[in-house]
Amino acid sequence: MSLLEVTDLAVAYGDMIALEDVSIEVAAGETVTVLGANAAGKTTLLRAISGLVSARRGSIRFDGEPLLAVPSHERVARGLGLVPEGRLVFPFLSVEDNLRLGAFTPKARSRADATLERVYAMFPRLPERRRQMAGSLSGGEQQMLALGRGLMSLPRLLMLDEPSLGLAPILVQEVMQQVAAIRDEGVTVLIVEQNVHQTLKLADRGYVLENGRLTLQGAASELAASDEVRRAYLGL
Amino acid sequence: MQLALQILVNGLLLGGLYALLAVGLTLIFGVLRVVNFAHAEFMMLGMFGVYWVWHLTGLDPYLAVLVVTPLVLLFGIVCDRLIIQRTIGAPEVTVVFATLGLSIFLQNAALTLWTADIRSVTTAYSGMVLTPFGLRVSVPMLISFTVAMLAAAGLWLVLTRTLYGKAIQAVAQNREAAALMGIDVRRIYLWTFSVAVAAAGAMGGLIAPLFTVYPRVGISYIVTVFVIVVLGGLGSVPGAVLAALLIGLIEAAAGFLFGAAWAELSYFLIFLAVLIARPQGFFGRRGAEVFAGR
Repeated sequence: MSLLEVTDLAVAYGDMIALEDVSIEVAAGETVTVLGANAAGKTTLLRAISGLVSARRGSIRFDGEPLLAVPSHERVARGLGLVPEGRLVFPFLSVEDNLRLGAFTPKARSRADATLERVYAMFPRLPERRRQMAGSLSGGEQQMLALGRGLMSLPRLLMLDEPSLGLAPILVQEVMQQVAAIRDEGVTVLIVEQNVHQTLKLADRGYVLENGRLTLQGAASELAASDEVRRAYLGL
Repeated sequence: MQLALQILVNGLLLGGLYALLAVGLTLIFGVLRVVNFAHAEFMMLGMFGVYWVWHLTGLDPYLAVLVVTPLVLLFGIVCDRLIIQRTIGAPEVTVVFATLGLSIFLQNAALTLWTADIRSVTTAYSGMVLTPFGLRVSVPMLISFTVAMLAAAGLWLVLTRTLYGKAIQAVAQNREAAALMGIDVRRIYLWTFSVAVAAAGAMGGLIAPLFTVYPRVGISYIVTVFVIVVLGGLGSVPGAVLAALLIGLIEAAAGFLFGAAWAELSYFLIFLAVLIARPQGFFGRRGAEVFAGR
């Protein structure tokens, strides 16, 4: 059984259809990516899974349990984490407060000290800035903080929405390495990323979204080799 | 010199009372993004509550505050459930009408229940005055001021030192990101609103032995408190306390120098001057009222 099972999901903003008949699965331990052009519906998919937008039709199951009636904050408690696009750190709270809030759910809170140590070890620049306001960090540091904060909830599935967006090329490398490190820790990852080439190297499987519908799916290596993906997303 | 000191003391004592009312109003705005026009009506309820407990049982008014404040908190929970939660995400006009409607409703409910009579709470120590260094300090005023300041400081400590308080700040800074941390945003709204209006109720109870009690008493406070909240920076708790003390000082000084009629006019003039120089208020951040704690 898959950890995450999205079946025939439809999402609309008013009359505008954002997602139609989207079905994806993520098994425990896998790294899965969703590719697609801007406005293809990738962010909407992740937001629907975390409950920030509501679904018109379809179903979402996590660990076999239906999720659609479950509010966002409770989905986090069940082990579903999202590092949102644009990072959304709390700018006027310290780095450490941001991280501790990541472990707000009771289960994560009881292990917050140990998780914090792990996160600090993973992102050595964060402990140096622990008392600084999150809003005063650079873009790359804020992304690290957002990733670390996402890990603080001890997610069983961590969804990453465009983690390298808006970062300088050298930082993009660093962030992708960190995503790989998160995967290597055994966290199941569902990632949306413009940086298709590197993401396909990191992922096991992938889906391609076009105008709110799935057009292609398969192993990451197959997708990387397919003409369609090479032309549309790799610029080859 | 003695006179200047006396004005300083009077002003600070008055400002400290405003502070407890202003802190709640600024929190509700910063966290819920709701402008609570009914805020001073919760103060009025606290005043009447203390009046009736004192009148009917003879309990000391300051002890009555301890009875009345939890009741105002409960009433705040009811108002949040019935009215405020339903306006979250609605257009701003809806929110304004909802809280303004609540304000008018509460005033008229009080008028119906308790008539327009002006009442006052008197105690054995009502007229008692301390005279340190030749200054005159009213004892009940000093008690009310001290309790109000302690309550404001307590709120501040909860906000900045506890995880739950930081969760409140997180909701103020980005409610969607807060939900992604597993924070129940609606519950934060509920507690912020009801604790803030309970603080208004407590402030009402504290001033019941000092000022007259009547259904429309809130009107004379709400404008002052809005000035304080904007002056301090929308959403800023320390800003609200600082601005409250300042407004208290200005009111006391202008009242003494130019007469009572000038008191309000002078702080509005200063208010305008500050807004021209620093539109976000003392502690506010331009453009976004993004925080509650600092």
